[in-house]
Amino acid sequence: MIVAKVLDAKGLACPMPIVKTKKAITDLQSGEVLEIHTTDKGAVKDLAAWAQSTGNELLKHEEENGVFMFWMKKA
Amino acid sequence: MKAMTSKEVTKKIFNKEPLFILDVRNDTDFQDWKIEGENFEHLNIPYFDLLDGVEEILDQLPTDKEVLVVCAKEGSSVMIAEMLDEAGRDVSYLEGGMKAWSEHLEPVKVGELKDGGSLYQFVRIGKGCLSYAVVSNGEAALIDATRMTDVYLDFAKEQGVEIKHVFDTHLHADHISGGRKIAEATGATYWLPPKDADEVSFQYQPLEDGNVVKIGKTSIDINALYTPGHTIGSTSFVVDGKYLLSGDILFIDSIGRPDLAGKAEDWVADLRDSLYNRYKQLSDDLLVLPAHFMIIDELNENGSVSEKLGTLFAKNHGLNIEDEAEFRRLVTENLPPQPNAYQEIRETNMGKISPDIENQREMEIGPNRCAVR
Repeated sequence: MIVAKVLDAKGLACPMPIVKTKKAITDLQSGEVLEIHTTDKGAVKDLAAWAQSTGNELLKHEEENGVFMFWMKKA
Repeated sequence: MKAMTSKEVTKKIFNKEPLFILDVRNDTDFQDWKIEGENFEHLNIPYFDLLDGVEEILDQLPTDKEVLVVCAKEGSSVMIAEMLDEAGRDVSYLEGGMKAWSEHLEPVKVGELKDGGSLYQFVRIGKGCLSYAVVSNGEAALIDATRMTDVYLDFAKEQGVEIKHVFDTHLHADHISGGRKIAEATGATYWLPPKDADEVSFQYQPLEDGNVVKIGKTSIDINALYTPGHTIGSTSFVVDGKYLLSGDILFIDSIGRPDLAGKAEDWVADLRDSLYNRYKQLSDDLLVLPAHFMIIDELNENGSVSEKLGTLFAKNHGLNIEDEAEFRRLVTENLPPQPNAYQEIRETNMGKISPDIENQREMEIGPNRCAVR
């Protein structure tokens, strides 16, 4: 997977991870992938739901040492 | 834009006031668990669908009643409330979000004791947990205290009483007990039913059928009554010959579920015997005070949760199933989902794991789900 951009949203509380994700993804071309790092557990459900409502595709997510990582493909 | 506290929302529920709740959490969390009141209305639009503006939802928000924006931890509701404020709307946000809501305890006086003492119920309105303080002659006993231990310690200070005994009716699976912590802080005796305490890692006083504990100089008796079924150790209390603290065995509109320790089939017979034989022998005039409520309709006028035992024998469906096989089916099949993180909660209450406060909060998120209807 080619990642076009990495967004570091670690340490930020809701709603900032999604606010930043939304901003970061606007700069991408359709089909490009954004990698997101956050420490906010609430972002797991919210990013999945946000992807559904915007049409962007959440390719996968992982957790490592309390950091949640997401890969989001722009619609 | 202003903050509204959980206490203020609780007052609105007790007083049946109207409130319009704009819940900006995701749909799944909203469906799972929300703030309910008899005259509350809800609109669920996730905050992440409103990042471009709130104009589209303005016509869905009333202007003739109070609007409260709610989210999980406060951050998103502040953002949305600010946007609504800029659009000229007068709205509030819930201080601390659903996390604070889950932790709020509202003390309500349930009644008097013979010697002038009182019995208080602590209504954990967001989660449906009920705990109790028996207060008499400068002393207090707590039953099924939650992990928000400061509330009970402050209460004791205000009342000018010393906490002498702390009881848990059973090993809880839906919330973290504050019993042990309070006992450590006050020097009180911590009582647990030994059959639920096989695996606990700490010292406790075994709570057994027939134990009588006196509170205060005169005799407020707390009589333990072994009533297994929700757990194998579940114990009820008769306080002052007048109140039946039924733990998670009997609720107002439902009965305890026997499966949270993984033993539904084994414990059905115990549950039936406790409800249909042991409780049946008690006075109909006892006021039942359970450890949970499930729906807001169960609240009395003053916000407390209670009902006469005789009334429950007449009206509670779970006490009126004559056929044993049907009873078995009801309590072992089609059970509601289990409480969030119930295994970890049980292990925490056994002292096996010690999650930090953030994790404890996460574990307890959601409704209690200890009943079967």
